[in-house]
This record gives sequence, structure tokens and C-alpha cells, in this order.
Amino acid sequence: MSWETVIGLEVHVQLATASKLFSGSSTAFGAEPNTQANIYDLALPGTLPVMNEEVLRMAVSFGLAVDAEIGKRSVFDRKNYFYPDLPKGYQISQLDHPTVGKGSLRIVMDDGSEKVIGITRAHIEEDAGKSLHEDFQGMSGIDLNRAGTPLLEIVSEPDLRNAKEAVAYLKKLHSIILYLGISDGNMSQGSMRCDANVSVRRKGETEFGTRTEIKNINSFRFVEKAINHEVQRQIDLIEDGGRVIQETRLYDSDRDETRSMRSKEVANDYRYFPEPDLLPVVIDDAYIDAVRATMPELPDARCSRFVKQYGLSEYDADVLTSSRAMADYFEQVAQLCGDAKLSANWVTVDLLGLLNKQDLDIQQSPVTPTQLGTLISRIKDNTISGKIAKTVFEALTEGESDVDQIIESRGLKQVTDTGAIEKLVDDVIAANPDQVAQYKGGKEAVFGYFVGQAMKISKGKANPAQLNELLRKKLSE
Amino acid sequence: MLSKTVAELSAALDRKDVSSVELTQAYLDRIEKLNPDLNAYITVCKEQALKQAAEADKQRAAGNSTPFTGIPIAHKDIFCTRDVLTTCGSRMLHNFVSPYDASVVERLQQAGAVTLGKTNMDEFAMGSSNETSYYGPVRNPWDSSRVPGGSSGGSAAAVAADLCAIATGTDTGGSIRQPASFCGITGLKPTYGRVSRFGMIAFASSLDQAGPLSKSAEDAALMMNAIAGLDSRDSTSLDHPAEDFTAHLQQSLKGLRIGLPRDHFTADLNPAVQTILQDAIKVLESLGASVTEVDLPHNHLSVPAYYVVAPAEASANLSRYDGVRFGHRAENPVNLEDLYKRSRSEGFGDEVKRRIMVGTYALSAGYYDAYYKKAQKIRRLIKQDFDEAFKSVDVILGPTSPHTAFKLGEKNADPVTMYLEDIYTIAVNLAGIPGMSLPAGMLQGLPIGMQLVGPAFSEARLLNVAHQFQLNTDWHQRRPEVK
Repeated sequence: MSWETVIGLEVHVQLATASKLFSGSSTAFGAEPNTQANIYDLALPGTLPVMNEEVLRMAVSFGLAVDAEIGKRSVFDRKNYFYPDLPKGYQISQLDHPTVGKGSLRIVMDDGSEKVIGITRAHIEEDAGKSLHEDFQGMSGIDLNRAGTPLLEIVSEPDLRNAKEAVAYLKKLHSIILYLGISDGNMSQGSMRCDANVSVRRKGETEFGTRTEIKNINSFRFVEKAINHEVQRQIDLIEDGGRVIQETRLYDSDRDETRSMRSKEVANDYRYFPEPDLLPVVIDDAYIDAVRATMPELPDARCSRFVKQYGLSEYDADVLTSSRAMADYFEQVAQLCGDAKLSANWVTVDLLGLLNKQDLDIQQSPVTPTQLGTLISRIKDNTISGKIAKTVFEALTEGESDVDQIIESRGLKQVTDTGAIEKLVDDVIAANPDQVAQYKGGKEAVFGYFVGQAMKISKGKANPAQLNELLRKKLSE
Repeated sequence: MLSKTVAELSAALDRKDVSSVELTQAYLDRIEKLNPDLNAYITVCKEQALKQAAEADKQRAAGNSTPFTGIPIAHKDIFCTRDVLTTCGSRMLHNFVSPYDASVVERLQQAGAVTLGKTNMDEFAMGSSNETSYYGPVRNPWDSSRVPGGSSGGSAAAVAADLCAIATGTDTGGSIRQPASFCGITGLKPTYGRVSRFGMIAFASSLDQAGPLSKSAEDAALMMNAIAGLDSRDSTSLDHPAEDFTAHLQQSLKGLRIGLPRDHFTADLNPAVQTILQDAIKVLESLGASVTEVDLPHNHLSVPAYYVVAPAEASANLSRYDGVRFGHRAENPVNLEDLYKRSRSEGFGDEVKRRIMVGTYALSAGYYDAYYKKAQKIRRLIKQDFDEAFKSVDVILGPTSPHTAFKLGEKNADPVTMYLEDIYTIAVNLAGIPGMSLPAGMLQGLPIGMQLVGPAFSEARLLNVAHQFQLNTDWHQRRPEVK
């Protein structure tokens, strides 16, 4: 039996404003509990919401980045439910008139295939506080520092067909958000949280199966694992004659399984109604154009530019533009050394290899763009060979800082003096009469042996081009 | 001295006939004597008031005065006052000391007013008789067996009984105008958005509006000068140019077009009240006004629409009272649900609970369209009725209430009878336009109020009409003999 998976993602992104959505309190992460909660965040009687306009700008910029319809008149609604970390007893959200309407996003899979994923909407809402269930002798503590932090909830169409697509979509969203600078996108701190709606159906069916919602998956890796686990659970269930019930499930990363949280069949009635304390947010084309004018170049556009401007391969351009920081890094290196292709190689192979091995972000790279650019320049101006450059790179990763000083102090400078190379060549020819005979007898492959010997003696410092030229000349004499 | 208007007291303070400290002490003495019976105040701020008065005397002496410098006033207990108990008439907030001042409180304080205390009110402003207060009913100074009206009953009684010079109130469906009518004083509900709601405890956010309860239209204008205007802390506050509400008080009423709503003058209206209104209209006609009839065809739908919209908003506004962060908290809760259930059951009174349930029901899945959405449609129709009427008239005149103050307990049995008390006032809130009540006559020893309604931002015009009426009548100067 062949099955098809249908996935839609709801992604909550904490917007990186200095203050909260409707109050002046700071949004910084990690402060002492309840030190970032003012009279509004505590929902004291008589307090009123005042919208942080920066949130609107950020939401609109996201909408423009995914080619979405922008709501010219967005309306806030109250979503009513009781919970101790929700001080007002309602969350201010957007129901029927979100700031961002229908849009779409292009993902590229590992095999190079492309797919366009629909975005249903993205709406602005307040985050809740946190309930702390430890250390209170049977009671719960409430921390309202996070309460009222602005969120953008991005809802996708059920266009994703497997866990890998879901991860690619999430990574693309993450990249766009970082490009726009509207969130730090830190999944482990909860700045970006993902809920996945998952269902399965037999191939060829047109109706969707019953879906479950997996809540709060906090890393890219867990998204893939949680979805794969849930898909298998649903398939096993149906194949055993059971049926999937619509419910919310929680992913347990320690045990790699999902388990039931609450059934949606006894769904909450949130009693939404328009928030009377806020006027509808009305914006015009001039506002939208002004936001557009401040937007940075986005990943797709930057990728095509890299192909066109630098002559990079689609694949390299895609890797380099997957994050704004990486693309910025690459462009700095390329500008400094003047060789984009060589820069792309160094960034995608050597630098990325290093970062992956040490599990670091590009922002934490031990090698700066200036260092790498200088290093490549030294290859270009024949100070060192490409091979020796790897040694210098290693020194940089180990904390040495000045490229030229490394080359100087370790005596890595390439030998370009013709007399010295000529002597080297003569020595190698003199020491290997058998191989010379073979070469002269027509065995071309022996040439590499001479090069190797010469490099060995020179400790890799002989200029390869000069060495090759002189070797050929002398051997044919 | 204590029966004088703000304008008169301000002049007396200027002339040094009396100091603010003396005046404040005199009001405090009278409060001490009469409040045990009237129950108009929940909290009296004796020390703070005398301190403010001493400071005000210094300011006046230094020549830094506004009309309110040193004037003893009272705030409805719905306005948050820093370091002072703010109960909203509810057990839920019996222990709530606000850490901040409401915008209205702040502005009057900046104008130099002295705060005598916080006045009694229906619980969370839900009521038309002041009988739903956790702190007990207020008695009408004209007849202590009668109610003062509500929900701003404490403020109205305090002004009428000379327990303050002027008071603040709030009006969601008539809560300034109806008690003003019952107590024989002047009350103004401004255009929605004119006065900041910041720090005013919410009942129904789209209807609530603060305003003055005063001894004259002139005093109401003075208070509007102090409290009206844009406030960035209230997103529904309107950015309307500042104006001097006293500027047009002296304007002649020649050419004024008054509209009488046909459906307000029917058999439902007490005939004696009708006669009194006719006499008042004659006074205005003698001052140059002309009178025509107008139609407000959807007015009869205003009470049902209001009792969907207001409870719906209230049901959400009152969710924050959960015993978790402030206010009443049940003792020894066994779990979260128990904490919620008992804190709210114990903290809220019957009328508040009734409205939370009505509002929750109206917003529920499957009922939203039939109730909330329909009520919003009616609201638009009511607004259109007024827009249409104001094409041919400048102000609309009618009764504030169908009758005079009723007896304590008389209308408690059936909530709907109580809701119909606001039949003439509610449409004004639904339309967001200004309305005022001023004394127009007496019936069997009890005051009768007349309501004036105008288009948005017409407060100055309404105050002008009221002031001219008060220059030519003395109903507003009648005072009850309080024993």
C-alpha cells in the first residue's frame, strides 16, 4: 500500500522589537522573572494596549518577502481563554483581517528540484508568559517577562508532502526572517516555534485524512523526526484497522515519539470578537512602498545575482545565500581578494567544513572574512601555493590572527627564485637517473614523480608553475 | 459656601475669601457628618486632601492657578488613583491599591484639584441604582428611601449633597446622565474618545466614557477643559483640536434648532415629566430656539443591542480578575480551577455574574452572528438615525429617565425592568455621541432631568444651550435638605 503525507506548518516567530507588542516593557531574553512586566503586562485594571508600530513594519516586510497580499486594514481580535500565564484572560490576535494574506515561498531540495509552498496568512499576536512548575511546593510560578512579546504566526498551506520538504520550508522561512532582521530565529530559545499539522492518505485520494497537530517542535532536526514518527504512527494505525483522531500531540525528543496532549474534539470556544481597545490598523500604498524601500536583498534575488555577477554555479550560489550572514561573509571575502570563484570554494568547502565540524554559526567563525580574503590574495599574488594556504588556514583556526605573519614566521613563502628552482630541478634529475630514463623512454606519467620529489625537498614551497616549466624544459634537454 | 459652583469657589479662592485648606476641611467635616447615612464615598482621603489643599493655596498665592487650583473634588471609584484604594464597587478589588493614576485623575491633579475621596458606584459600573455596590447602596440626598441612580450614584449624591464641589463619573449606557437626573445636578457624557480611558476600569470598552457631574453647565465646561484631549496611552482617544468648552457658553440661542424624538414623548413617559419638559422647551423657545419633531426609528432596539454588546465586552474585560495577580483570591485553593471558580464566585456580585454569563453566551460559537454581529448592525442603524436627525436639528431634547428616583429595592426583582431604566440614554453611547442631563423641574419634591444630545464633538454647543437655560431657570440651584 502506498501512502501520501500531507503537512502544513504553523510557525510562531518572535519579532525582534526592543519593546513588547502593546506595552513599553523590554523583550530581552533571560531576565529575572517578572522584571520585564509593567502595569499593562500584569493586566492591572484600567490599562490599555498601544500598538508598537515597529511590529507592523516587520510584519509587512515579511509579507512583501513572500509576495503576499498586504492587509490594508488589519483588525485585532480578542481570543478568550483562562490560563495563569495569560494575564488579561484573552490574547490579542488577528482573526479575519490579518496583516499578511496569501503568499508563497520557493524551496530547493537536495536533489536540486524546486517547489513552491503556499502561505495562507501571517498574523500578529501577543505571546503568553511562562508557567514554572518546579520549586514552588506544589504551586506554579508565573513569569510574565515574555507575556506580550510580539509574535508573527505564519500559516502554510497543506502543500508539504514529506518531512524533508517541511524542513526545507522551515529553513527557508528562517533564512528570510534573518535576512529581514525581524527575529533572531533562535529555535532553542523559542524565538521560532513550529507546530506541524500532519495527515496521511492513500496515494491518489483527493480528500485529506484526519490530521493531528504536533506542538512546539524546537529544532530543525526534531521537525523531521517528529513528522516521520507521526506519519509512521498514523499509517500503522490505519493499516491495523484503526482511525486517526483529530488531536494535539506533543513531540518528546528524548524518546523520539509523539503523544496525545488533548483532544480537539472537545475544542475550546475562544469566543473571538474585535478588540474594542484598538482601532483597525489602516495602511496605504505609500506605507507599503516605504517598507519595501528599506528591505534588504532577499535570498532568491541574491542567489540569482551571485550566479550572474560572480559566475557561480546554482548550487554554490544557493548554499552561499542560504543565510544572510554567510552571503555577507562571502561577498566581503570576494571583494577583498577579487576572485569570487576561489572565494566560493574556500567558503563552501573549507570554511563550512570547519564550521560544521565545530558546530558553529558563521557569525561565530574563528576565521574572519578579512583573514580569509587576505589568505586568498596571497594565493593570487603567488606568495603561497593553494596547498600551503591550507596550512595557513589551519593556523588561523587555531587562533593566530595575521596571515602575512604566519607565512613569514613559519617560512611558508613560495620559492619563486628561478635559480633556486633550477638547482632543485637539477638535484632531482641527478638523483633519479632511472626515472629520467623511463620518462625519456616515453613514460609521461613519471613526470608527477619528479614534481612530488621536488615539492618534498622544498617543503611544498616551490612555485608549482615555475617548477613544472623548468622540469619539462630540463627533462627534454 | 459648600453649595457654590467651581466657578464661584475659584473666584472666592482668588479673592482670599476662603483658603483651599479651609474649604477642604469644611467638605471633610460635612462628609464625616453625612456620609455614614448617604454612603456616597467608599474612601475619603483626608490627609492627602489637606496636603493637596495646602499646596494649592501656595500655588494660588504665587499666581500659578487654574480654575481648579484648590477646588475639592471627588472621583468615581472606577478611576485608578495611585496609592489609594480603587475598588470599582466590587469585593473583587476590595484590596486593590493602584500603583498608578488614571489620565483623568492625573489631569485634574495637574490642574491643582484637591481629591477628597473615591465615590461609591454600582459594581464595575453595572447597574442603574447603585444597589449592586459591594459597599452598599448610596441614598438619594433628596429622599433617603430612594436610589441616587447609577452607576455613578455616589458622585451624583456627593455633588447634590454638597459633599464635594464637582465629581467625575463614567457613562456606558447612561451612568452619568441618569444619576444626574435623579439627584438634580448637571452631567455630561462626552463624545466617545474625547476623554482618555487610560486608568478607568473597563466595563464595555467601546461605550465607556468619562465626564463631569457638576452643579452647573459652566462647571461641566471647566472640567471638560481639564480632562478632554488626546492621550497616547489610549488608542481610541481622538486627536481632535483642543478647545475651550467655556468659549460659547454666552452665545445666544437664536436660531437654535431643537429636535424632539417622537418616540420619547409617548404614553410610556410619565405625563408629569412630559409637562415639565414642555415647560423647559418653552423657556428655550423664548430664548430664540425653534422646535421640530424628529424620528429615531431604531431607538427601541437600543436596549437589546446594548445588552448584547456591553456584556460581551465586559465578559472579556473581567477575565483578568482571576485571583492570580491582584484583587480577591480565594483561600487555600486546591488547584487552578478551584482558584478561578471560588475567587470569581466570591469576588463578583450577582449582576456582574449575570452580565458575564450573558456576554459569554452572546459570543459563543453558533450564537455570535445571531447576537453580537446583529447587535453591531443595530448599532450602525442607530448611529445613522442620529446622523439623519442632525441634518435638520442642532440638538435633540428629551427626558433623561422615564420618571423620578425610585425606591431602594423597588426594581431589584427583575433585571429587565432595571435595564429599561436606560431607554433614553443608551442609544447615545451606541452612537458614540455626546449627551447631557440637566435639571428641568421638580416632581413631588424630586428632581427631573432633561437630556440634550448633539452630534460628535458638539459638547460646547450642548453646554451653551444648558448654560443659557440655567441663566434663565433656577432648577440647578435647588439643593436637598440633608439631615
